[in-house]
Amino acid sequence: MDFFRAWLKARPDYEQVVRRRGKRALVFGTPAFLILAVSGAASLALVLLTVVAVVLYVPAWNYYRYGRWVVVGGVLLLAVFYPFYQANLFEFPIFGGFPSVDTGVTMLIYIMMALGLNIVVGYAGLLDLGYVAFYAMGAYTAAWFASQHFHQVNVHFGAVGVNPSVPGIHISIWIVLLIAAIFTAVVGVIIGFPTLRLRGDYLAIVTLGFGEIMPQVARNGDHLFGQNITNGPQGINPIDPPGFGDTLNDATGVPSDYLTFNTSFLGHTISGVELFFWTALVLVLVTVFCSVRLRDSRLGRAWIAIREDETAAAAMGVPLMRTKTWAYAAGAFFGGIAGAYYAAFKSGTFPDDFFFNISVFILCMVILGGMGNIWGVIIGGGFLAYLNQEGLGNIGGWLNNHFSGASTSSDKWFTLWSNEIDVPLYSSGIFGIILVLVMLFRPEGLIPSSRRKAEFREGVSDEPLYDVQH
Amino acid sequence: MSDLLVAEGVRKEFGGLVAVNDVDFTIPEESIVSLIGPNGAGKTTFFNMLTGVYKPTAGRIVFDGHDVTAKPPHAIAQRGIGRTFQNIRLFQNMTAIENTLVGMHCRLSGGIVRSVLRTPGLKREEEEARKRAHELLEFSGLLGSEDDYARNLSYGDQRRLEVARALATQPKLLLLDEPTAGMNPQETSDFTGFVSKLRNEEKLTILLIEHDMRVVMGISDRVTVLDYGEKIAEGTPQEVQRDERVIEAYLGSGALAG
Repeated sequence: MDFFRAWLKARPDYEQVVRRRGKRALVFGTPAFLILAVSGAASLALVLLTVVAVVLYVPAWNYYRYGRWVVVGGVLLLAVFYPFYQANLFEFPIFGGFPSVDTGVTMLIYIMMALGLNIVVGYAGLLDLGYVAFYAMGAYTAAWFASQHFHQVNVHFGAVGVNPSVPGIHISIWIVLLIAAIFTAVVGVIIGFPTLRLRGDYLAIVTLGFGEIMPQVARNGDHLFGQNITNGPQGINPIDPPGFGDTLNDATGVPSDYLTFNTSFLGHTISGVELFFWTALVLVLVTVFCSVRLRDSRLGRAWIAIREDETAAAAMGVPLMRTKTWAYAAGAFFGGIAGAYYAAFKSGTFPDDFFFNISVFILCMVILGGMGNIWGVIIGGGFLAYLNQEGLGNIGGWLNNHFSGASTSSDKWFTLWSNEIDVPLYSSGIFGIILVLVMLFRPEGLIPSSRRKAEFREGVSDEPLYDVQH
Repeated sequence: MSDLLVAEGVRKEFGGLVAVNDVDFTIPEESIVSLIGPNGAGKTTFFNMLTGVYKPTAGRIVFDGHDVTAKPPHAIAQRGIGRTFQNIRLFQNMTAIENTLVGMHCRLSGGIVRSVLRTPGLKREEEEARKRAHELLEFSGLLGSEDDYARNLSYGDQRRLEVARALATQPKLLLLDEPTAGMNPQETSDFTGFVSKLRNEEKLTILLIEHDMRVVMGISDRVTVLDYGEKIAEGTPQEVQRDERVIEAYLGSGALAG
């Protein structure tokens, strides 16, 4: 007890922080808990989740020596076991239930892309409006090296789920992920060459251009210099599934083919979807790890310096073009992995998957979450991805049930509109409104880095954020 | 002593305006040289050409035996020219020690792969860098302000941090652009002593742009006067102080009396 008292004395503000967090948890948590309980979500799951949330948040773990690992470990455990308890979770009033494991995979992939863009926009401050180009590059690389697209050749190397006599290039998805990452990074460097000389707005416009070029090339790529590179609007499918092959399966029991995997564990069926989920989790962890290492490195410092004052940074020996290109390459690297993995998950890649809106969508995630802050980007990215996949649809369903003239449900309150509205149709508009609201009221994002919070409140040196200084 | 920097016929034109007009300039090793003149004379423009921020329209700049004319700023910093800025250009949202660490960028070698893997060699390099940054901050009188954000430092401390950051680039030639602007007499006198220490103890060569004649006359080995982009006088502080053209253009007759 004395040890704890001494420990407390050395950290005078700890008690204050915990008190403040406890108050916050009480003020926000109690009404949330009550609303959920009253709306039919009252269950053991709700109580457990509330307890876990309070335990992870209130004690301010990062004051303890290895404390931050408690929170990380806690969240990781929650994530890893998600497929097991997902079915037992309660439903939110308007948003409906927790996302399915399938949606979870998509959320994780979007989070990976947001983390990649975070390096470009959040760390180096380069406004990239064409991030979808990297995602498309990764997806098509996976399609080239793990499908029957190049049917003129027959190359098999570690691929699973595909007969060795089938034509095309079929390389193990794990190697393909690496190839896609490196290839996309190279493309990032090439795109960087003409664009990174430009400043601010001009960089944004040019990256916007590249973001448009890529999908167009994809759509029209079936007659490129007489070659069929992208198979045009039909896209390339199917793409080989991930897996570890029969030899490893016999030796260690790891899944030989994700698509044919089926087993039972702790009373739940584990099939392809769960495997994709856990693999996506691993990929996100790798991305987070690299992000943290980069942020705290010589390169990370150089990126912040460039963001703060390019001329001064150059005068201090920071090579501008090279350093910005590394930001592009790193962002492209992770965008490429995300794109390739998504293509393997969906077993196909189509030009319609890549349109400019996705670039803005991912940018929204970074801005909403808090530019430069990894936890913020994860939460912002996860939330927006969930909205896009399930959330908006659920909201639409709830709205229609309660307000649509066509609703015959017993939940109906009164008629606000006669037909059924299709909320996901307005997703771009909704995300645009979210973006505007965030920039007006909390430009530093949900969880800002302390650096950024100051930037947005006080402006960057001689450049105020608003025209009128507050 | 040989000349550390030799500038020949350096000229800078902005459209029709000639900001620097065929200036020849040399800086001997381990000397303190001051560049003075009225505002708009081309002093900072000349500085900017020496450090690669501007490309000279004509002329040649040779530093330490290497031709650095029109090289990019980071290459010149790597060669060994460090500088401070007239209007403080610190990285405001970085701490004092982070500012200094950025200054060491060209003297460290951690690449992207080694940074992610954090090899033992890299860890050692980073620790040594932090130690050196700490020493630099202490040398510059900023002990205790290491983890303060640059924007929160007092004006005098910000000026000191700019110098610390420039010193972190391990320069052979240090360019100080109006370093005592806005300082009171005590601070100015302290700073003058600090500049002398830099030359005497660290064996640095220093080029100073200054308006405060006490500093200029106090520590300069040589003074060069620019007016309308041209060199109008050069010599020891005493010689320049008595030069008629300089008095007319810049110092005013009161300077003779002082």
